[in-house]
Amino acid sequence: MRQIAIYGKGGIGKSTTTQNTVAGLASIGKKVMIVGCDPKADSTRLILHAKAQATVMDMVRELGTVEDLELEDVLKVGYGDVKCVESGGPEPGVGCAGRGVITAINFLEENGAYTPDLDFVFYDVLGDVVCGGFAMPIRENKAEEIYIVCSGEMMAMYAANNIAKGILKYASSGKVRLGGLICNSRNTDREDELIEALAAKLGTQMIHFVPRDNQVQRAELRRMTVIEYSPEHKQAEEYRTLAKKISENKMLVVPTPLEMEELEDLLMEFGIMEAEDEAIVGKAEGVA
Amino acid sequence: MSIEIKKIDGITKESTQAAIDQVLDLYPEKGRKKRAPHLAPNDQESGKACVKSNKKTVPGVMSARGCAYAGAKGVVWGPIRDMVHVSHGPVGCGWYSWGTRRNLMTGKLGVDQFGMQFTSDFQEKDIVYGGDKKLKTLLSEAKELFPLAKGISVLSECPVGLIGDDINAVAKTSAKELDIPIIPCNCEGFRGVSQSLGHHISNDTIRDYIIETREFAEPIGPYDIALIGEYNIGGDAWSTKPLLEECGFNVKAVWTGDGEMEKIAATHQVRLNVIHCYRSMNYMCKVMEEKYGIPWIELNFFGPTKIKESLRKLAELFDDSIKEKVEAVIAKYDPVCQAIIDEVRPRLDGKKVMIYVGGLRPRHTIGAYEDLGMVCVGSGYEFAHTDDYDRTTPEMPDATVVFDDASEIELEHFAHTMKPDLVASGIKEKYLFQKMGLPFRQMHSWDYSGPYHGYKGFPIFARDIDMAINSPTWELVKSPF
Repeated sequence: MRQIAIYGKGGIGKSTTTQNTVAGLASIGKKVMIVGCDPKADSTRLILHAKAQATVMDMVRELGTVEDLELEDVLKVGYGDVKCVESGGPEPGVGCAGRGVITAINFLEENGAYTPDLDFVFYDVLGDVVCGGFAMPIRENKAEEIYIVCSGEMMAMYAANNIAKGILKYASSGKVRLGGLICNSRNTDREDELIEALAAKLGTQMIHFVPRDNQVQRAELRRMTVIEYSPEHKQAEEYRTLAKKISENKMLVVPTPLEMEELEDLLMEFGIMEAEDEAIVGKAEGVA
Repeated sequence: MSIEIKKIDGITKESTQAAIDQVLDLYPEKGRKKRAPHLAPNDQESGKACVKSNKKTVPGVMSARGCAYAGAKGVVWGPIRDMVHVSHGPVGCGWYSWGTRRNLMTGKLGVDQFGMQFTSDFQEKDIVYGGDKKLKTLLSEAKELFPLAKGISVLSECPVGLIGDDINAVAKTSAKELDIPIIPCNCEGFRGVSQSLGHHISNDTIRDYIIETREFAEPIGPYDIALIGEYNIGGDAWSTKPLLEECGFNVKAVWTGDGEMEKIAATHQVRLNVIHCYRSMNYMCKVMEEKYGIPWIELNFFGPTKIKESLRKLAELFDDSIKEKVEAVIAKYDPVCQAIIDEVRPRLDGKKVMIYVGGLRPRHTIGAYEDLGMVCVGSGYEFAHTDDYDRTTPEMPDATVVFDDASEIELEHFAHTMKPDLVASGIKEKYLFQKMGLPFRQMHSWDYSGPYHGYKGFPIFARDIDMAINSPTWELVKSPF
């Protein structure tokens, strides 16, 4: 069983990419489980065709304690026999979402959700690793392989570099490795070259360039993956390719995150950022 | 096996149910609905649990329960004498669990007969930046300060689980660097409904990190046993261990009272596990049975009747040489106990006791009171499960009141209706009953007395109970309640 965690900046398309990739793996006969690690609980809706799955934490809140929870209450099976679980958690601003992830993963382990017939477990994790709870999926004996979803936008690349720093910490004490960057295209200039350059500096690869295509949104309106909605469409082929590349990937590295200046140089080289002119910092419009 | 149905004058199922209904009337509707299944008259003949248990405490009532950390630190890990126990988190949990359970330890007074305890004393910055680095430093300091410690347990307090520190990873690297077993125990207080989950989590960590990591130096003999669920409260193990040895057994390890890490780690080699506190240690007995084929037997060392019964049950599993020794032991101590009974029984005959404690005592001590001529009119547990109540039903007299996770108002009410002459409960209940002018014994830590286990313990138990009930003090107290 290979356990894979997907990280990346919020809103970059992690859940969409994860579900389409998982659907791609399922379509070539792989047994997969998705564990959504985000209180928004939108990591399984395209597989289950559901608005929102009953989450582990929802059920815990209802029952009062996690000990009374049964696996079948929270583990649903969707497209391609993909098993789906959502950790769930509080609405923004209250409680502790990170603990929700820990509780959910502990629950799945203790209740035998990780069956030996599974080929892959995917963790779709909240955008920012804000506390230890969101690092739970990459602790020992869990995901050993991470893919970062990013695009050619500045903040997405900052986030990717920050996540690489986090992986470095866990990689030095455990077995977790970076498997590559998935470029979820935003149609920026020279995007593929830029992400390839970033990947090279991080010591990894751009495992796949997923072009932007509105077919993804059309499928999402029906709460479906492209793979299921229009298996013959070229975008479905892209996800199948990504799935195949992940399935065959052998390049697992300890990342070499960039210093901030190095990252800015790279952005400037590709014209995404302009050189700062210290002379004008702090001066209002029209002054000097 | 048919059991003798014990009846008490004036207590019927109807009268007890009426007392329960009265107390339930005090609750608002929602609370009443939740509490009702946890209170029942005992149905001795059924041999089955009469109440629901191991459920979340109803908010708003006074509960005597502890937390998962308490179950791990106070009960299972804390008594192991040659390990450093780290309360990982803010200082309060570590401080208030510092030796308060009276699990005594062998050693030189003032040198090494106290538990080795540490706390990482979390501050704001440790919550914000994580406590992993602090833990790593602490572990090497602990090793340096206590070079003879055989291992270190790391017991998570609540905030560690919230910020998601990976104590397992720290324990692993530090164990390698310091060359000492370090056991991470994720027993955050908020997990589960009571301390019971802390026992279970701790048993799991013993399974994952300790058992089978050592072997006994000498070859294994036919009478090698381990004493499980004996925590040496007030020196209990110093009564039960020699007793079993006198019966011809080699007690290779005690879990965990006055316990030694390396002996616990080699327990997979023994022939039989003798378990006293079923609730807190049945998990490991079952693991050892499944994994190493070690059978286990549940015994009761309170009062001569139960001791005798238990020793004979134990002897049945062994050869004649053991049977003979057991009979000799019984013949030696029975008259001693009888002399004590002859002395105190006239003062205690027919006195009523109401019991509310933890792991095993609500059922195991009933026989000892009966040896003194007393009767149990009510009993219950803070954190038991159905299998504990199954075992309690036949021990309690018929129609007496069974209460699970009782609240203060319920206990107060039952004291009025069941009219006990003695309440045997914990520190949180003590002052309620003393203010009512009722004799009370704190039966978690034997009220600074003990041991109460075995033949050595019974005279002390008899003296304490006699003293509690018959002290002239109570005649001077006029309770306004």
